[in-house]
Amino acid sequence: MLSSPRARAGALTLPLIAFLGVTFVAPLGTMLWRSVHEPVVADALPQTLALLEAWDGQAALPEALYQTAAGEFRQLQASRALGGVATRVNRVQGGSRSIIMRTARELHGAAPASWREAMIAAHPAWGEAAIWGAIRQAGQRYTIRHYLNALDLEQDIQGRIVAQPQDQRIYLKLLGNTLAASAAITLICLALGYPLAYLIANTKPRWSNLLLLAVLLPFWSSLLVRSMSWIIMLQKKGVVNDLLVALGLVTEDGRLIMVYNMIGTMVTMTQLLLPFLILPLYAVMRGIPPLHLRAAASLGANPRQAFLHVYWPQTLPGVAAGSLLVFILAIGYYIAPALVGGRTGQFISNLIAYHMQYSLNWGLAAALNFVLLVCVTVILVAYNRLIGIERLRFG
Amino acid sequence: MFPRTDSQHHWLRRTTKALTAATLLAAVTTQFCAETGELQGPAPLTGESLTVVSWGGPYAKAQEKAFFKAFTAETGIRVRMDDFFGGLAQVRAQVETGSVHWDLIDLEFADVAQGCEEGLLELVDIDELPPAPDGTPARDDYFEGSFSDCGGAGIFFSTIYAYNRESFPAAAPSKIEDFFDLKRFPGRRGLRRSPLVNLEFALLADGVPAAEVYAVLDTPAGKARAFRKLDSIKDQVLWWDTGAQPVQMLADHEVVMATSFNGRIFHETVVEQQPFVIVWDGQVLDTGQFAIVAGTPKLAAARKLLLFLSRIENMAAFARYFPYSPTRHSAAKLISTHLETGVDMWPHMPTNPANMGRVLMNDWHWWRDHHDEMTERFSAWLLR
Amino acid sequence: MRDKPPETFGDRLGRVCLVAFCVAVVVFLILPMLVVVPLSFNAAPHFTFTEGMLRLDPDAYSLRWYRAVLEDDSWLQAVRNSLTIGLAATAIATVLGTLAALGLASPHMPGRGVVTSLLISPLITPIIISAVGMSFFFGDIGLAQTHAGLIFAHAALCTPFVIITVTATLSNYNHNLNRAAASLGAHPVTAFFHVQLPLIAPGVISGALFAFVISLDEVIVVTFLGGLDQRTIPRQMWSGVQEHLNPEILAVATLLALFAALVLTTVEWLRRRGTD
Repeated sequence: MLSSPRARAGALTLPLIAFLGVTFVAPLGTMLWRSVHEPVVADALPQTLALLEAWDGQAALPEALYQTAAGEFRQLQASRALGGVATRVNRVQGGSRSIIMRTARELHGAAPASWREAMIAAHPAWGEAAIWGAIRQAGQRYTIRHYLNALDLEQDIQGRIVAQPQDQRIYLKLLGNTLAASAAITLICLALGYPLAYLIANTKPRWSNLLLLAVLLPFWSSLLVRSMSWIIMLQKKGVVNDLLVALGLVTEDGRLIMVYNMIGTMVTMTQLLLPFLILPLYAVMRGIPPLHLRAAASLGANPRQAFLHVYWPQTLPGVAAGSLLVFILAIGYYIAPALVGGRTGQFISNLIAYHMQYSLNWGLAAALNFVLLVCVTVILVAYNRLIGIERLRFG
Repeated sequence: MFPRTDSQHHWLRRTTKALTAATLLAAVTTQFCAETGELQGPAPLTGESLTVVSWGGPYAKAQEKAFFKAFTAETGIRVRMDDFFGGLAQVRAQVETGSVHWDLIDLEFADVAQGCEEGLLELVDIDELPPAPDGTPARDDYFEGSFSDCGGAGIFFSTIYAYNRESFPAAAPSKIEDFFDLKRFPGRRGLRRSPLVNLEFALLADGVPAAEVYAVLDTPAGKARAFRKLDSIKDQVLWWDTGAQPVQMLADHEVVMATSFNGRIFHETVVEQQPFVIVWDGQVLDTGQFAIVAGTPKLAAARKLLLFLSRIENMAAFARYFPYSPTRHSAAKLISTHLETGVDMWPHMPTNPANMGRVLMNDWHWWRDHHDEMTERFSAWLLR
Repeated sequence: MRDKPPETFGDRLGRVCLVAFCVAVVVFLILPMLVVVPLSFNAAPHFTFTEGMLRLDPDAYSLRWYRAVLEDDSWLQAVRNSLTIGLAATAIATVLGTLAALGLASPHMPGRGVVTSLLISPLITPIIISAVGMSFFFGDIGLAQTHAGLIFAHAALCTPFVIITVTATLSNYNHNLNRAAASLGAHPVTAFFHVQLPLIAPGVISGALFAFVISLDEVIVVTFLGGLDQRTIPRQMWSGVQEHLNPEILAVATLLALFAALVLTTVEWLRRRGTD
């Protein structure tokens, strides 16, 4: 049985490891699988893809290919399955959907003398290489296409990896924006939260309880409502602008625009995430005996020196834990930017959600997700090296 | 620090007691909610229920009053409503993963056509739909081009823009060109976060005659022209996703004008007495239909509901709650007054000739083929 | 050691500045909540303070949104769903999390670093990633659009909070007590319930509270994983924010805040009574 203490300790963690294995690790695995596995087109157009296999991307295409493709298109159209295929080819090359669907609608009826001419008559694009290249790419059952896409790259018709056209590059920029904004939010939280945590840890119990309640209360109120309330506060006819106008600081026409942009996102998220910084920080500060500062003072250190050389270093684990939490929660946020971010205050999560729920490009959503996960892992590994993950604390 | 004495036991016992009490309370509350929930349903229920997905807000409320209460009373089948914001994405997701939990869905016509073609919607034979009171078959009773192979019922609705009267005490906007005229009418605008209608508005305002809009849009230069026109106001646009947002933005003076659906603005001005004004010039007229999600396990009940919704008296009844005119001739003749305020509905209908000075009929053929492509391009454009 | 040095003017100024700054931060934290409460009594269907409200005209205030919430079936169903899912997820997370924390705190735990990272990974994975992954996987195994699916998902997201709080309490725990109990002939299970659990109860309870709050306010996983029957309070609010923008959600928020204040005060009161 579990006679050794090692085995007993291990056994205690097993139920949770199993539980998380099913509810958390397996989902991440599925996501990874989805990001590289794309079977729909491969299953739908097997013969066309087999014929395209040998093609170098330049040579003229044989009549047999046109005939096969037209046959498969017509068959799929009849079973109302072509739309799904066309949508996927469209993701490789915009505009393909309408080419395929229009062609399939016009190819009904008896077999023409030349399928090639019939297809080109239905849409001239069939005379060019691009659409065939797109079909071939969309037909890869296992693909790194979504990762290329997530990194603003693509494969050209010869299979070389090249940068996407300037006007389609969005993801890297958005990822950069997200990381930068999250870092800024973390720093602001630190600037606001450190003094407050210090005060809570070093004041009379009655006050510290009251302050703690003030930190915890927003924690208990809905995230959505807090985001909404920032719209109420910051909008043009909102509370803050009304106050500024009443105080004569801005004119009626000069009301500030503080919401539906990056400012709105930053202010809202700072407020949403601040408790996550204060609580771990407070937990660490509470454990630092005030004796240390007094000892430093008695040795002749002025308050600034005492703080910098004695107090600050001891709070570093709390600073790191709080900042880590805030930063990681921030880069995954999507509700707050969606509500208050307008056009410019969006995060990468909003695009992931968009691909999950609207464009249904689940492979791309999964790939973007994985890129984000890699960023987080890098940060965590660094944190673990510097601080040690098991020292994460809460109030 | 926690004292390590038996007071710990007290503390534990108390907490346990409190938690038990809380759990009991929760259990009682849940039970209570469950019961009241059941008590409030109408009496002769069959136990069957359908999930109907529509656009939320006052529009969905009107549908509930005009259609679903009567349907439940007649058949005993309950109708539960869910909201969505248009498009086929969620339907596609449900059909492709094989977990269909929506039964009936209220779609824009381009989406009915596309969804039908992709096998996402159940086929509906137009000859099954109930005939007009004088016996005219449904096929001949529908306005030309307003029925599809998968849809039932049907309304004409319109995307217009509206402004807040308080924002323009002097000269007020009156043409679609004014929406893009930041010099004469400064201030932010609200637009839907979608290429739909925005591209049309842009070309109309850029001087393209209504009859040529889609021909121009079909060329690369035309698309670029539409985006260029949108570029000219991009900095001054707040983007909305759901129908509630533009009216909220107008009421809060976040924007001075916003695109919206004519029915939503009707509700705000006539029912809620808000100082909004519709500009009908350049309206983009569209049709909407109900359709059945392919593979729903409740197909028979869903068909029953679709046929019920397609009856003349029911299509006409809806027009007494909301200013969207029926797409069947015999029902359109029955348009009368708003049931709640007594206001005459005809002046508020998008199909009233007085509102059709310059009108663009949404070309669903074009959108069926270009929706995905344009959405992608539009998303990238937004982020730049 | 010397007595505390006399406070200089500079010290006092510094302290006043610190307090003033902290008051400002607290205002920043609380103010949005304070704005919500009066607006939930708005007679007009919008989120702005009307002139009547600023004049304190009683006609500008009304209970209509509270009435609307209490009369609406879907809100009642949301409350029911939130409580069911929240309590069940909290129970799972608390039991599994506490057990794991006990294991992790043991001086004999093999591979502690790796296991800890694994077990708290739901906390340090951006929520959108978990939500997307779960919606794929739970869909594949038939748990999407079910209460069970949401309970498991929330339990997974909540366990790290339990682990962290319980581990923190355990770090103050003297493992000799276990040995003492054993030497007196107590079975390890008996020792756990009679010696260890009472001592770590505060950590377990605050972990459970954290877990409950997280589940109660979670909206992204619910959006991706839940259907019409799994609408929780925040999910219902989300659709309120999107489709029926009116002060109804502010009324709900005020009620929630009241509930939160009540729970927090009760817990605090219990804690005081307990430590007396």
